[in-house]
Amino acid sequence: MNFIYDPVPWVINWLTQLLLSWGLSENFVTTLLYLVGAVLICLGAMLFTTMLIWAERKIGGRFQDRLGPNRVGPWGIFQSIADMLKIFTKEYINPVGIDKIPFNLAPILAVAAVLAVWAVIPFSQTVFGSNINVGILFIIAIGGLGEMAIILAGFGSNNKYALLGAFRAVAQLISYEVPMVIVLLIPVMFSGSMGLNDIVQAQTIPFIVYAPVACMIFFICSIAENGRAPFDLLEADSELVAGYNIEYSGLKFGMFFVADFLHAFTSAIVFTTIFLGGWQGPGVEQIPVLGGAYMLIKTLLVYFLMLAIRFTVPRFRIDQMMALNWKILTPLALVTVVMTALVDKAIPHEMTAIRIGALLVANLILWLLADRMITTFSKRNPVQVVTGKLRPLARPEILSVAEKETAQ
Amino acid sequence: MLNEWLYLGIFLVIALAIPAAALLIAGMLSPKKPNPIKDSTYECGMETVGVSWVQFKVQYYIYGLIFLVFDVEIVLLYPWAVAYNKVALFGVIELILFIVILASGLLYAWRKGALEWV
Repeated sequence: MNFIYDPVPWVINWLTQLLLSWGLSENFVTTLLYLVGAVLICLGAMLFTTMLIWAERKIGGRFQDRLGPNRVGPWGIFQSIADMLKIFTKEYINPVGIDKIPFNLAPILAVAAVLAVWAVIPFSQTVFGSNINVGILFIIAIGGLGEMAIILAGFGSNNKYALLGAFRAVAQLISYEVPMVIVLLIPVMFSGSMGLNDIVQAQTIPFIVYAPVACMIFFICSIAENGRAPFDLLEADSELVAGYNIEYSGLKFGMFFVADFLHAFTSAIVFTTIFLGGWQGPGVEQIPVLGGAYMLIKTLLVYFLMLAIRFTVPRFRIDQMMALNWKILTPLALVTVVMTALVDKAIPHEMTAIRIGALLVANLILWLLADRMITTFSKRNPVQVVTGKLRPLARPEILSVAEKETAQ
Repeated sequence: MLNEWLYLGIFLVIALAIPAAALLIAGMLSPKKPNPIKDSTYECGMETVGVSWVQFKVQYYIYGLIFLVFDVEIVLLYPWAVAYNKVALFGVIELILFIVILASGLLYAWRKGALEWV
């Protein structure tokens, strides 16, 4: 095992030998190393988030033709660190009538739910956390914990905006979980395992090639799960002021903030792992450390795409958002699963090229059909064009007589 | 296999402990100067009226119900997906039957107007 080609296992091996030579028992050494690994990954992820916040603000500024942070350090690079120092010394305001346990548990749970996903992510061929055989189910279950944190925050805050924001957030998040869970069946079908490491190993050709429609549905759903624009109805500053985290101050708010940014990056990682082939790439068999680099590059590309969508697309209305999920994405996801299973079974696995071609054609047909259906659906509910001073009313029939006269 | 679960357990505890520790440290560093105005419930500068646990739209509850039905049924499909490479075409037909039942539930909810945001 060479240090340059594969540093992390080399270090682990060296540490194990060292600790064993001190006469410690093998079980104790294993537990100790797991503990160190978990602390390193969690702390690393949280410190990495400060970097992400800076990058996101800078890139977001560029998208919107602003400069972004540019005062603290070169290119404003220490802005997040300054913010972090400041937020650490801010007072916790505990409003009257809060429910103490949910109120204080929610920020911890919000971060923990995102961090826990990192336990099952394979970072390279030899560096992976836990290759449990139910990895995908674990990610879904942990995603559910994040919604728990939101409802606790909304319920514990003793604030109407927080409660309404929490209900909205949970309605959105659980709705978009449905098509996400459905399309996650497809990678499991192709790889024959729910362990993330096995899924990556099966992707000598990334699954985005086999199932582009499923991939796109998953991408849309993971943006919605993050609660970012165009799906940022749970924050909706103009309607709910800030949503479920309105009564939080100091680092308790900071934790929600960190959880938000970390969640975006984590879902980029999950997307890379499941559909873009994770650490797979040329030359990983000889030099495993390259896998980590491939993984990072792919993840950052996905993250950049998410940022581009976040900073350019305006917000949906809530009924549009729910209609998109339940009337378009969910049926499309169900049909995609059935179609993929049928086409894949019909063609023997040895004919890889024909199999990919058939799946691509089937996906394309599906996509065109869905597009046609969306077009007819939107033609049935035409958008009213606002011209001049007379604006169309949402419900003209409830106008009083006096108002009708002024409207005319 | 047991080791994998051990790592997961340790990781979960650490993932809960690190934000909790950060909150504790910040709690020690931060000033504590509460006053009644500062601690009052925020409502755009107005005095709050009534209790904050207000009635809310039943729509949220209906979405919750549909989600529950769908998620539980889809989770039942995962063992099938793991065994997908081992089953013949018959297995796929069973999948179609299962999904048709599921989709008819969605269609029923749709026709009943449960999916409309009112």
